[in-house]
Amino acid sequence: MSKSNETKYAIELKGITKTFGSVVANNNINLTIKYGEILALLGENGSGKTTLMNMLSGIYYPDNGTISVAGEEVAISSPTEAIDFGIGMIHQHFKLVEVLNAMDNIVLGTKEKYLKPKELKDKIQNISSKFGLEVEPEKKIYNMSVSEKQTVEILKVLYRGAQILILDEPTAVLTPQEIEKLFAILRKMKEQGSAIIIITHKLNEVMAISDRVSILRKGELIDTVATKETNEKQLTELMVGRPVSLKIERPEIEKKHTVLNVVDLSVMNDDGTYALRNVNFKLKSGEILGVAGIAGSGQKELCESIAGLMKVKEGAVLCNKENIIGKTPDEIINLGISMSFVPEDRLGMGLVGSMGMVENMMLKSYKNNKGFFIDKKPSRKLSEELKKKLEIVTPNVETPVRMMSGGNVQKVLLGREIESNPNVLITAYPVRGLDINSSYVIYDLLNEQKKKGVAILFIGEDLDVLLELSDRIMVLCHGEVKGIVDAKSTSKEEIGLMMTGKSMEGVDQDE
Amino acid sequence: MNMFLNFLIAAVFAGTPLLFGTLGEIMSEKAGHLNLGVEGMMAMGACAGFMAGLLTDSFIVALIAAFAAGMLGALIYAVLTVTFMADQNVTGLTLAIFGTGLSNFIGEYMLVNSTSSSLKLPEKITATISNINIPGLSSIPVVGQLFFQYNPFVYLGILVAILCGIYLNHTKMGLNLRAIGENPAAADAAGIKVTKIKYINILLGGGICGIGGAYSSMIICGGVWMSNSVNGLGWIAVALVIFASWSPTKAIFGSFIFGAFNILKYYFPKTWITIPSAFYDMLPFIITALVLVITSIRKSKENSQPASCGVNYFREER
Amino acid sequence: MSEKMKRTKEPLIRTVKIAERSKRETMKLRVIAFAMALLAGGLFILLIGFSPIELYGTIISGAFRSKMAIQATVKFMIPLLISSLGVTLAFKMRFWNIGAEGQIIMGAICSSYFALFHSDWPHALLLAAMFAAGFVGGGLWGLLPAYFKSKFETNETLFTLMLNYIALHIISFLRDGPWKDPGSSGFPKIARFEANAQIDKVLGVQFGWIIAILLVIVVYVYLKYTKHGYEISVVGESQSTAKYAGMNVKKIILRTMILSGGIAGITGMIQSAGSDMTLASSVAGGVGFTAIIVAWLANLNPVSILWVSFLFSVLEKGSSVMQSTYGISTYSAAVLQGIILFFILGCEFFIRYRFIVRGKGGVRQ
Repeated sequence: MSKSNETKYAIELKGITKTFGSVVANNNINLTIKYGEILALLGENGSGKTTLMNMLSGIYYPDNGTISVAGEEVAISSPTEAIDFGIGMIHQHFKLVEVLNAMDNIVLGTKEKYLKPKELKDKIQNISSKFGLEVEPEKKIYNMSVSEKQTVEILKVLYRGAQILILDEPTAVLTPQEIEKLFAILRKMKEQGSAIIIITHKLNEVMAISDRVSILRKGELIDTVATKETNEKQLTELMVGRPVSLKIERPEIEKKHTVLNVVDLSVMNDDGTYALRNVNFKLKSGEILGVAGIAGSGQKELCESIAGLMKVKEGAVLCNKENIIGKTPDEIINLGISMSFVPEDRLGMGLVGSMGMVENMMLKSYKNNKGFFIDKKPSRKLSEELKKKLEIVTPNVETPVRMMSGGNVQKVLLGREIESNPNVLITAYPVRGLDINSSYVIYDLLNEQKKKGVAILFIGEDLDVLLELSDRIMVLCHGEVKGIVDAKSTSKEEIGLMMTGKSMEGVDQDE
Repeated sequence: MNMFLNFLIAAVFAGTPLLFGTLGEIMSEKAGHLNLGVEGMMAMGACAGFMAGLLTDSFIVALIAAFAAGMLGALIYAVLTVTFMADQNVTGLTLAIFGTGLSNFIGEYMLVNSTSSSLKLPEKITATISNINIPGLSSIPVVGQLFFQYNPFVYLGILVAILCGIYLNHTKMGLNLRAIGENPAAADAAGIKVTKIKYINILLGGGICGIGGAYSSMIICGGVWMSNSVNGLGWIAVALVIFASWSPTKAIFGSFIFGAFNILKYYFPKTWITIPSAFYDMLPFIITALVLVITSIRKSKENSQPASCGVNYFREER
Repeated sequence: MSEKMKRTKEPLIRTVKIAERSKRETMKLRVIAFAMALLAGGLFILLIGFSPIELYGTIISGAFRSKMAIQATVKFMIPLLISSLGVTLAFKMRFWNIGAEGQIIMGAICSSYFALFHSDWPHALLLAAMFAAGFVGGGLWGLLPAYFKSKFETNETLFTLMLNYIALHIISFLRDGPWKDPGSSGFPKIARFEANAQIDKVLGVQFGWIIAILLVIVVYVYLKYTKHGYEISVVGESQSTAKYAGMNVKKIILRTMILSGGIAGITGMIQSAGSDMTLASSVAGGVGFTAIIVAWLANLNPVSILWVSFLFSVLEKGSSVMQSTYGISTYSAAVLQGIILFFILGCEFFIRYRFIVRGKGGVRQ
């Protein structure tokens, strides 16, 4: 790094605007970052952080505005050019080729000659040790854990000699311990003169790692402040636009009885390994049982086996003394077990994207109508009611749900489940991708159901939310229950350790 | 013994057009594009190769014409699916119908406008594409007959297969291509020019298919123009890609095995039962269907279809 | 570092997503695409040395110039319309049934059994039996790939394709062996159906056209207003959603493919007993493939299928007139159909995306 860089901004954005169809994702954004600095880009989901950064990495091209790198105005029209300008981005959904190994992924797309595996391995080892990264060069990506994959992503960027590093929500999938490790690496890179932008919506992380914070709200840049001169409360206000308390309610319910009793549940993967192994827990009426764990620890299998979608190897799920294993999804729905499962693709499971609210409302109830034909009237009525009650924003109830925003889609899904008066509600990642307001609407909806005595299984990924919303937290690791702890008395660190395999026996005060 | 040897040789003859079709489709699928139009591209190549041979009496020109015609078909497909992001299945099917129709149309057009009652390749080119005896080697008993007495297409096919294998598995370009087929977004973010490489490989694949078509019109039909000379070989080739588990070298053996099924009826010993010839005719198709079922029963993560195959890529997709 | 840096220009052409266009705008786009397809087809005609206007004129007049011509056009339309409706059912479920060709043939074979060997039955009963046999033959031929698809995820595109060829060779087996007409000299063929086994004419055309129109209504109602139709749409969109909602996905796939193949099978019965009056190996004659194009062009809407298949029949009939008048091969119809679909496929792009040329700015007003 020469002296000239010290006086120039690593990146300077002026008047950047980007629209998608009728949605304005970024409007007239101005932003700067220096070398040797960590800038946090703070904002709610949907505020346009990722879009803005994707314009630096060449994924999107701005409609308007200019980008300067190291003092020179440039046009970045593809990722190749971004790399040429020394910009590397680590996307939230990793951009790795699963069937290739770490080495191949790292050199992929670089312009240098085909290196012999041994030379390449040395070269990668060199970079790794410089920044304290650990990686097995010949391990296939699909055999890697989330944090290993992230390491490969970082190496990919470093291998290309990037001086400007962008990380999109890098901590979302990591345990508290892994986050600490990542931050140590980032600090090291900063010392070596890199400019780092970290996208996040978590305030404690902003305070811990950044030098300055830029706050985005609804596509606009609200302010940029020095981290030392601000606090979490002020940042929240800037982010949401008004003073809010980020406290999640946790009503206490007195009379509880066991609704769902899961006994020794085991499920196998296709490759013969255990997806779930001897899972035992009781789900009670009027409680929210949170489920924590690194992505892919058996959450999906747990949900799907309770809903009757997955073949179970051993064990039982007792719903009011009746074993529901072996029953069809149909019969389970009739028992009042309602699963609102939101996989990564929100429209992948609970809703049909090309259909409107009306037809989506019928999904589970269309069989109730006698005869050969469908009757849309009741579900049209229900749709209109829900639209009013939950303030769902949609032109009309026939508009395809895929055209609705994430928060509204989620309301449609949860609204439908709740309307069927379930006694068990299973919900996975219900606030993924939602802004703070929508998230709180969802929490309120869940709490309302809890007060009505519904037993809720809540699969979450944000530990802060799990700790505040749940009554108890069950931690999964490699398909095994590492413990069920009281949410009021446990800590984030404790859960983090359990997520990576440390058992906490006897914490469950079940009986 | 002699009968069996002849059978093997005939199998190689019958399998060669399949080999070209399979290799072409592998190239396209490795780029993430399932092109069901192989039948159409082969038909276009069949027509162009034959007509060019007819008019110029040159094998090289015929080859180039067949390659170019196959590429033209692939170009239509690539423009629609890569640039315009049209459905790959429907585009491929349409290409199959269009290519076959166009080839037959031009064939009939040439026939109507010619003075004779049939179109026949001139002698110089039929001499070139007849079997070559490689001096010295071809006279070795058995081995010589089995390996060194084929027409130039056969050697070309094997050469192309080996080159494709090296390209895919041992070069940087091949690595980039595989990455695109598996995860175009990852490849793009890594700085690979996704659109360009997709075009190149789809077109290359189309050209290879075109040569396979030329084989069926120029060799299988014995130098006389016939409509529908490809006659379903293109579809079998698409299935053979699965059988060969996307490997060019395995495609060589797969094609020859399927070639053997195609000509079994002429070599099956006449025993006390006579099997109707229609049964032999449907045999390759029955075997292909069985292969489809068997490969679908045993699935594996590697040696399987590139993950993004069939899905178009748009960089700004959200 | 900074020496390596280069200024690059905005890309020459880039693609951006736009808000989805309205139905009206979409319609307009398709009409433009169709016009451009005709233009491209005209260029092709010009290239082979004819006048496009003259030839297009011939196509239209050829299809409508006389009562006979119109009847012939309708005769072309019947099998195309019915089999398009058949494949639509499968396509709605995203089941790539490319096997209409084979299903038509199997329907024809099964119904021909009754026509050939039970021609002494009462006329109405015989036709009813043939009709049912046609449906069953096609339905079973459709069930086969559906079974493997639902059980092992076997690729249905290729499987149905292979079944086409197998069906074709079953006809030639019957023709050369068991069903060979002893009275035929030279090339083996299957005997002509007796009058009792032929479909009656209404308004000068076999009554298959009435069945076809009835089927348009039936399929339309089935897809739009019945539970089965609803299930097909859900399965087509996402199998996991369907499972989650308690649908028996396997059953739905099997059922729908019986219907899809069955309808194609009816085509076979109507074509053999209404038009060919025998079981010919050309009974399907590519209709099963053209049906896929028709269904797709019509956006899987039964009513639009009626219009598109009419248009295509005009093209088919017209091209046969073109052959007799100008000596141009009837394969020209396939070429033109292909061109039309290519353009329509290309135009779908502009419903959701648009291109931006360098320097022409970005924000859409």
